[in-house]
Amino acid sequence: MSFLAVPLEFSKPFLKICKWVLFIMSLNCKLSGIKGRLLTNSKMRKAKEPLKGSNGGWKWKRLLLFLWVFLVATGFSWFLFGFVSTQKLEISRTSEDNSSGLIQQFNVSKDHLHELASSFFESDQITSLKCTKQLEHETAEKNVITCALEVPYLENHGLEKQKYVESREKCCICDENIPTKGDSSISSDSSVPLFSQSLPSIASKLQSTTENTMQTMALGKFIIEHFHGLQYCFMRVCLWAIFAMGLSYQISGLHRKLWKKRKRKVHRKKDKVEGSSRGAGKWMKKLLVLFVLAGVAVSIWLFWYLSSGISFRRKETLASMCDERARMLQDQFNKTFGEYTERTSFERPLTSGVAYALRVRHPEREKFEKKHGWTIKKMETEDQTLAQDCDPEKLDASPIQDEYAPVILSQETVAHIVSIDMMYLGASYDIPSLVEKLLHQLASKQTIVVNVYDTTNISADINMYGPNETDTGLLHISSLDFAIAASAGQLIIVLLLGHIFYAAINRIDTVERDYQEMMELKHRAEAADVAKSQMLMDTNLNAKQLDFAQTAHASGKDLIKLINEVLDQAKIESGKLELEAVPFDLRTILDNVLSLFSTKSQEKGIELAVYVSDQLPKVVVGDPGRLRQIITNLVSNSLKVSPPSFAIITIYAHYYIHLVVFNLHLIRLQFTHDRGHIFVSVHLADEVRRPLDMKDEVLKKTLASVQNSLNSIVVYNTLSGLPVVDRRKSWGSFEKLSGTDSIDQSENIKILVTVEDTGVGIPKDAQSRIFMPFMQADSSTSRTYGGTGIGLSISKRLVGLMNGEIGFVSEPGTGSAFSFTTVFMKKETSSLDTVLQQQYYPSISEFDGLRALVIDQKSIRAEVTRYHLQRMGIFVEIASSLYSAQSYISSDSANLDMILIDEEVYSHESDLALFLGLKELRPTDSTNIAGIVPKIFLLANSKSPARHNELKSANLVSDVLVKPLRFSVLISCFQETLITEDRTQVTRRKPPTLGTLLCEKKILVVDDNVVNRRVAEGALKKYGAIVTCVDSGKAALEMLKPPHFFDACFMDLQMPEMDGFEATKQIRSLENKVNEEIQSGEVAVEMFANVAHWHTPILAMTADVIQATDEKCMKCGMDGYVSKPFEEEQLYTAAACFFESG
Amino acid sequence: MDTVSQLQRQFVEYTASLYREGYLDDQFTQLQKLQDESNPDFVVEVVSLFFEDSEKLLNNLTTALHQENIDYKQVDAHVHQFKGSSSSIGAQRVKDMCVVFRNYCDEKNLDGCVVCLQQAKNEYILVRNKLEALFNLEQQILQAGGSVPMMV
Repeated sequence: MSFLAVPLEFSKPFLKICKWVLFIMSLNCKLSGIKGRLLTNSKMRKAKEPLKGSNGGWKWKRLLLFLWVFLVATGFSWFLFGFVSTQKLEISRTSEDNSSGLIQQFNVSKDHLHELASSFFESDQITSLKCTKQLEHETAEKNVITCALEVPYLENHGLEKQKYVESREKCCICDENIPTKGDSSISSDSSVPLFSQSLPSIASKLQSTTENTMQTMALGKFIIEHFHGLQYCFMRVCLWAIFAMGLSYQISGLHRKLWKKRKRKVHRKKDKVEGSSRGAGKWMKKLLVLFVLAGVAVSIWLFWYLSSGISFRRKETLASMCDERARMLQDQFNKTFGEYTERTSFERPLTSGVAYALRVRHPEREKFEKKHGWTIKKMETEDQTLAQDCDPEKLDASPIQDEYAPVILSQETVAHIVSIDMMYLGASYDIPSLVEKLLHQLASKQTIVVNVYDTTNISADINMYGPNETDTGLLHISSLDFAIAASAGQLIIVLLLGHIFYAAINRIDTVERDYQEMMELKHRAEAADVAKSQMLMDTNLNAKQLDFAQTAHASGKDLIKLINEVLDQAKIESGKLELEAVPFDLRTILDNVLSLFSTKSQEKGIELAVYVSDQLPKVVVGDPGRLRQIITNLVSNSLKVSPPSFAIITIYAHYYIHLVVFNLHLIRLQFTHDRGHIFVSVHLADEVRRPLDMKDEVLKKTLASVQNSLNSIVVYNTLSGLPVVDRRKSWGSFEKLSGTDSIDQSENIKILVTVEDTGVGIPKDAQSRIFMPFMQADSSTSRTYGGTGIGLSISKRLVGLMNGEIGFVSEPGTGSAFSFTTVFMKKETSSLDTVLQQQYYPSISEFDGLRALVIDQKSIRAEVTRYHLQRMGIFVEIASSLYSAQSYISSDSANLDMILIDEEVYSHESDLALFLGLKELRPTDSTNIAGIVPKIFLLANSKSPARHNELKSANLVSDVLVKPLRFSVLISCFQETLITEDRTQVTRRKPPTLGTLLCEKKILVVDDNVVNRRVAEGALKKYGAIVTCVDSGKAALEMLKPPHFFDACFMDLQMPEMDGFEATKQIRSLENKVNEEIQSGEVAVEMFANVAHWHTPILAMTADVIQATDEKCMKCGMDGYVSKPFEEEQLYTAAACFFESG
Repeated sequence: MDTVSQLQRQFVEYTASLYREGYLDDQFTQLQKLQDESNPDFVVEVVSLFFEDSEKLLNNLTTALHQENIDYKQVDAHVHQFKGSSSSIGAQRVKDMCVVFRNYCDEKNLDGCVVCLQQAKNEYILVRNKLEALFNLEQQILQAGGSVPMMV
């Protein structure tokens, strides 16, 4: 696009075209020079005229004629050179024969040119070749050309060699004719013929010059386009040049015809005049002259009128064309935007139903405040300490501003919330930016750049329209092709005027201006066209629409989340939120939180861990949902601000004394990950106050870690090894933590939950308003990390409701720690605890009394692992390194059942080292006295299945546990490896596969699409199911009418007549009816195959994931959904839900 | 023996080209996996079903789009069917065409629909020819006494 980018291969053609243009210019100059000479000759001839002329009255007529001629010539020369020439020109009279000869020549050449022009269009190559040829010809023939009064010169542009010879011959003949015929015409008596003779000749000259000029201009334009636009390749230029020439010749042909007609008319007039009596004499002649002059004047006016009318209409049509294009653009935009709004319409009523901000200018403030009955408040109070409530009464009135944006909460539940000036809300949910982004997305695709240059001034073209910078790298839209084609009409007007009327120069000037305008309009029209097509193209793209839909979908979800949060906040504030009091397992709640964030933390490479002190009872009474909400809020907050783990390169020297005998030194270049962490720990509030030796192991270590850091120890004893903030400060301000509590110790239990992260930390100045609703650290926070900023404020309120306190400490760059206390009731009967646990995990007792060794260099992490294992009743030993582990294994005769190694023990070493290290463990195991080979588990930080499979297949590890560690994951993993392998075949619990799950099950497949049906049938049959197929919802209804023998039904959602949703609804209602009848005893159970409760599992099959929202499926009574085409894993998980139990 | 291995190689190359050029996608592999001793002609059976179904649908679509008052709901239902069956056998390009087609249907854009129908037809004929060629090759291998290589 840029000048630099013009390929080298174009440089040659460039040079050529430059030469060509220069040559044309020089030709023009020569032409005029020769003409000048020619004119002098004719002047001499004219000088003789008065002598030969018999009539003295001729003189003034001559003068008049000369005046006309002079005017025309001046204009013409001015036109030719582009500046006012002082050169005086006189125009000679030429003979009628001469001009007719010229006409003949013209006509002949015209036909040839037609052929040529069409042939030229055939290929660029030929064109360029011919162009170069022409150049040679032109050089050779220029003398001849000039002799022929410039007219043949123009022809030569498009002529071939043979044609040249012909034209030259003709020209020569013409040349010879000139003196004789000229004389004869001079001797002619009548002024009218003279007039009519000189008219065509001058006109032809004029026409040719006009054409010439036009062509030169066109060429000049091309060149300028070439240099400035830097886009046209040489071929294109040539093509256009030829095209323009062809056009102008066609035009010239037209003119000739027209001119001929006119000439005939004039001749007729002449005959008439001569037919009348000679007695009328001079008067008649004078009258005739006057008549002709008047006629000319009338024709001037007529043509001016017509041309202005035509050009006006042309402009109008062009303008309307532009308008139309613009409208189309607009329509397209509206349509796209309408689509977007339509897609988001479902969420808009929700937003507008909750709160909205209004723009209020300062002069209107008073009125506004009066109307609503409150004042616009400032968002933050002067001294907002972290533990203070956001009391609306304490808020100051907003200071004077130009504009306010108070929030108006329109729902009744939240109406009591005082409106706060939005201008002070650092980051609210940014709907406008979403829309703006979208608009920008749309707009950026259709940047319309219209550049129109006035190219008449060759040395420096003037920018007439469009941005000044021409080399922006944007698409340079040029409509020169259009401009030329469309200006053909304009050119016709121009040439008509020029041909018929001597003073056409003025007209040409006007038309020239029109032409430029036309160019501009054309440019605009074409730019609009391009934009339109781009727009169409863009919107037609499926991905784009998908993107819109996805954006809308995502934002919709965000909005709904926000609304839920806002409503929560409102509920709390209005005191409508009631806390539950149910017994629950604290550790399970924390496990749930972990599973919620496990994927995210694995993606980010952040170590997420939970530790619950063993001082805490298993079961407490309280509101598990709200506790989970608080912890979830805090963890998600931490996860948001935690940067993804980064890698650093370290060089390690390893000594493998026991492996490599000779070559001891190994230097390895490796990546190690310095990962951040989020650590949730739960302790009794009392524990903190206890003397150090009575404290929990983890608490001791976490508190010690900060003390260590003061002694500038490089590796911190934290979960990830990164420095953390002193968490004690986070509860430093708690009033009720220490000292005498009003809470009854025997019934209640106070726990302290700390969420520690190694994120970016909270800036000091933002720390004061961290618990304010909609407040985040700064306005960029929501953009960078997302979220609404309402979570923390809700957490604070929830904690308050649970008789607790919340506080935090944060160090920018180090991280933050949030702590809160809550009070729960103690559960009376502890015997139920185990029951509760057993209920969830019936096989937990299987692990009781097992022994495990945890190898981890980070003691806190080892403690966390120990905590999880201890929950299963496993006795845990900890070793900090492989070396000490080996010594432990060899020294301790106690039979280890399992060894858990953290991946990071090896992270400083290569895979090879890991392999060898693991192998090293194995032989010592086999020599174990007890004879039980311990299973080795690798505690991995992130999922890398390939590597893990490799380790597994090499039989180095039994399984890989991907952190965060969770009770459920540990159990399933241990069950698989320990129990299936160790226990006898009888108790073997092979994980069920799809084959075992679906085997012999009778399944009904409902799909209207025969191909889909067949594929589904094939897939299910493969897993051993007995499949029946039906093709409609109605048929399914018939089949599933109790009693029936189907174990499950797979239902397509989109079917004609009755879709999957409707069919399921009807099946369910049918089942319910039967169930009721059975229950009430109306019908005997025997009638329904002894099934007391009918509920056929129905799974939706859909290719459309959006359609198959869980909610919608569940609402109409479906049990789940599988995507089409079947995926084994998904089919398994969906089917497992209802087949496993049965 | 030589012919068999040659045919097998040809088969593998041809299948790979079909995947590479996007005529088929993973679903076709899934389909092939479903074929076993108990169900030896599964793929051919399903694909023939697809051919029958597609031809019927394309005919229906052609008539539907030539009516004076076009019932776009009807057209959409047909295209949905077509999309479903093509995605079931893994005829990716046909499926993609159907997605575009449905968009035009939503817009009630007749020109777009007509163009899409034509393109969908073309894609369908292409994939039909390709699949028929594939099955021919398969038959040749079987006749020559070889076994059809499994694409992984």
